[in-house]
Amino acid sequence: MAGLAVSLGSGAMTNSIAEMEDAEVFIVIGSNTTIAHPVLATFVKQGVVRNGAKLIVIDPRRIPLVDQSTIWLRQRPGTDIALINGLMHTIIKENLANTAFIAERCENFEEMRKVVETYTPERVEKITGIPAGDLIKAARLYGQANKAMILYTMGITQHTHGTDNVKSLANLAMLTGNFGRPSTGVNPLRGQNNVQGACDMGGLPNVLPGYQPVINETVRAKFEALWKAPLDAKVGMTLTEAMAAAADGRIKGVFIMGENPVISDADTHHVLAALKNLDFLVVQDIFLTETAALADVVLPAACFAEKDGTFSNTERRVQRVRKAVESPGQALADWQILTALANRMGLNWEYESPQAIFEEIAAVTPSYGGITYDRLENETLQWPCPNAGHPGTPILHVGQFSRGKGLFSPIEHQEPFEPTDEAYPMILTTGRVLYQYHTRTMTGRCAGVNDMAPVARMEMNPADSARMQVADGEFVQVSSRRGHIDVMVEVSESVREGVVFIPFHYADASANNLTIAALDPVAKIPEYKVCAVKIEKMLQPGLPA
Amino acid sequence: MNTLTLNGKNISFEPGQSILEAARTHGVVIPTLCHLQAADHKGVCRICVVEVQGADRLLPACATPAGDGMVVETHSSKVVQERKMLLELLVASGDHNCLFCESNGDCKLQSLVYEYGIKNVARKSDYVPRPIDDVTPMIQRDFNKCVLCGRCVAACNDVQVNNAIPYPFGRREDKPPVTGWLPVADYDRCVHCGECVQACPVGALLEKKALGKAMTWQTQKVRTTCPYCGVGCQLWLHVKDNQVVKVTGVEDALPNRGRLCVKGRFGYDFINAPDRLTTPLIKENGTFREASWDEALDLVAARFSELKAAHGPQSLAGFTSARATNEENYLMQKLVRTGFGTNNIDHCARL
Repeated sequence: MAGLAVSLGSGAMTNSIAEMEDAEVFIVIGSNTTIAHPVLATFVKQGVVRNGAKLIVIDPRRIPLVDQSTIWLRQRPGTDIALINGLMHTIIKENLANTAFIAERCENFEEMRKVVETYTPERVEKITGIPAGDLIKAARLYGQANKAMILYTMGITQHTHGTDNVKSLANLAMLTGNFGRPSTGVNPLRGQNNVQGACDMGGLPNVLPGYQPVINETVRAKFEALWKAPLDAKVGMTLTEAMAAAADGRIKGVFIMGENPVISDADTHHVLAALKNLDFLVVQDIFLTETAALADVVLPAACFAEKDGTFSNTERRVQRVRKAVESPGQALADWQILTALANRMGLNWEYESPQAIFEEIAAVTPSYGGITYDRLENETLQWPCPNAGHPGTPILHVGQFSRGKGLFSPIEHQEPFEPTDEAYPMILTTGRVLYQYHTRTMTGRCAGVNDMAPVARMEMNPADSARMQVADGEFVQVSSRRGHIDVMVEVSESVREGVVFIPFHYADASANNLTIAALDPVAKIPEYKVCAVKIEKMLQPGLPA
Repeated sequence: MNTLTLNGKNISFEPGQSILEAARTHGVVIPTLCHLQAADHKGVCRICVVEVQGADRLLPACATPAGDGMVVETHSSKVVQERKMLLELLVASGDHNCLFCESNGDCKLQSLVYEYGIKNVARKSDYVPRPIDDVTPMIQRDFNKCVLCGRCVAACNDVQVNNAIPYPFGRREDKPPVTGWLPVADYDRCVHCGECVQACPVGALLEKKALGKAMTWQTQKVRTTCPYCGVGCQLWLHVKDNQVVKVTGVEDALPNRGRLCVKGRFGYDFINAPDRLTTPLIKENGTFREASWDEALDLVAARFSELKAAHGPQSLAGFTSARATNEENYLMQKLVRTGFGTNNIDHCARL
């Protein structure tokens, strides 16, 4: 998100799902869409098979969407910048750049062009492993299209240079004028039901609701008047920074609502040590998760079906959540618990319903200003929706970018943080499987769904499995510099030689025992997608060969 | 000007519209069974036949383009007779007994049979029972109830594009008996999205987990937003006795237009999981004991206040949730900023 905010002035998905019907070309990069966003993927696939759209898949794994692709670029993990620079090199060289758009709506083009000039297809082939001819073919497909959409997810952001990856994609779309019109844009697909909303609401250390910066005095003064409380003027700690601060004792007390960082965060050992070092930990959740087990106090929450409210989806669409059943036992909705706690801390909150809270949100968040529960009964609205008569905004950056001119960023290729070596010769990459979700607190308890993928399976190329004499269904021990897990092998052409894939959902073979907490310097996202591991055959779990 | 005469009334239509679409635009209901708009699937069942003046036979409204000056009757006696005959054939060709059917009350065939007054149709005397496909935990296929409309095939191949229900090519007579021409799923390709179940107009395809849980008219439908990924699919929770018994997609609504994935459609058991947290817990000597809300919240407020007093606001942090509502995220950051007194607020957007 940070990357798009720098280039364009807003970090959200620029266009909408419904527009996929009319796209001429899709680039899907670092997104296993049919697995992580299955319903959205159906619109991409329909665009290809029914409307003749061309699909460029860029992924180190042979993801299911490759079946529908016009061309598949299989890069070495962590080499996306070189690849995107290579696409731009070709587009410029073949006069496919939209010079009018660049001149009128963008800045800093020349700086970027100088960098891109050195990324010839041949040089890019050496870095990425993608044949020069395939790169050129993909560049022509995208460069010649009138309406092309780029879709990406964590395969782009979960790198130490994730922000630069995102800026590179913004470069590519600006170069070809693919902004501000239907069926174009750069579209980050959000992985969780309300991750967009959590950001919009100011669940971030640097911004208040509506991305209003905490370091801005005017902004702070406005909120201080509304909330009748003084506000901290300094940017706070990110989750990963707070974990480090907990580990060294600077952070003493933590309140976690509906998250399970013991499984979901990079480098589990580090997280465990951090949380155990706290003086006081409160976890509010619907289950006694691995994280809740560490808490001093656990507060029982209602789940989505037991409360009213709103979620904001990946395309900025604010949608109602409605109570269908009563919550079990004494469990309460998060908003009720938070209100009760706030009042015990002397804050005098008087919220009687989610609707009342939403009215306050609309009053302090300009992009939500025109949204009401009443309107949501009959309309579907995408922010920005600044006033009562506004129809919402399906497409961002029409006519002008949020920041004014679109900013081209000159970006050089960078190697992943942890290269392979003799001791740890294989690349581990992580991700999802269709039948599980995050740390399995929900799907792991669902009959049928969980049965389809009850245990972790590590994908391994047949060449590697043959060399190591490991058969499908056998166990191996996978080790990194941070830890080790035992996991079942699935021999698969999905990964290339030298690369293994482990889904991160499973507590008993938690891939985040292995991953590295090396962070992107801007977005502070850990490099889940690349780390170095070694693999040893086992006779059975817990018993090395 | 594009106009035609529909049941004696002059109506306008858009070029390219079928008779069915033109009629619907003007509120005239023509019954359909096989027609699936999202896949442009039509022309199989002929239930939608209408009488067009000058045509030598009845024409399917779904597959016949509206034409300027056409004179169309949607419910003439000839049309009604034809529909009755088609319905009798459909009923006779399968094992359709609503008394024993999960879809009782939610079945297009049942509705049409009632509407057209079909009585006492016996099953064909040479009827060969067909297999029930019960191999997956999510979907049951009872081909004895299949009306061969092809909606499941179109839903799988043309809407979700999973290509897991092969098109039954060729003539039925050339296929192996019993199973050969049935829309059998290839479970190596199936991703259990359940689009086929939602598309099935009868009781042939069913959500297995919902079997026996509630009759259609006993449930309440509550519209909400899916709790899994960020697409935000609109779904119906079917509720009986304070329990979600089934989930279906909201047709014609953005962003999903009725479509769901396996998690959205079948991933609801966690709501009623026996190990849901039901009471506040306080840890004492390394083990949890149950506590009242008052006791737990007093303790939490006191401890956070003590830490803030002793070590300053920057010694506290809150992690909000990408799974909670906007309203709850708003309150959480407000609590941390005004109660704790710090901007140490974040969530796992980065993960």
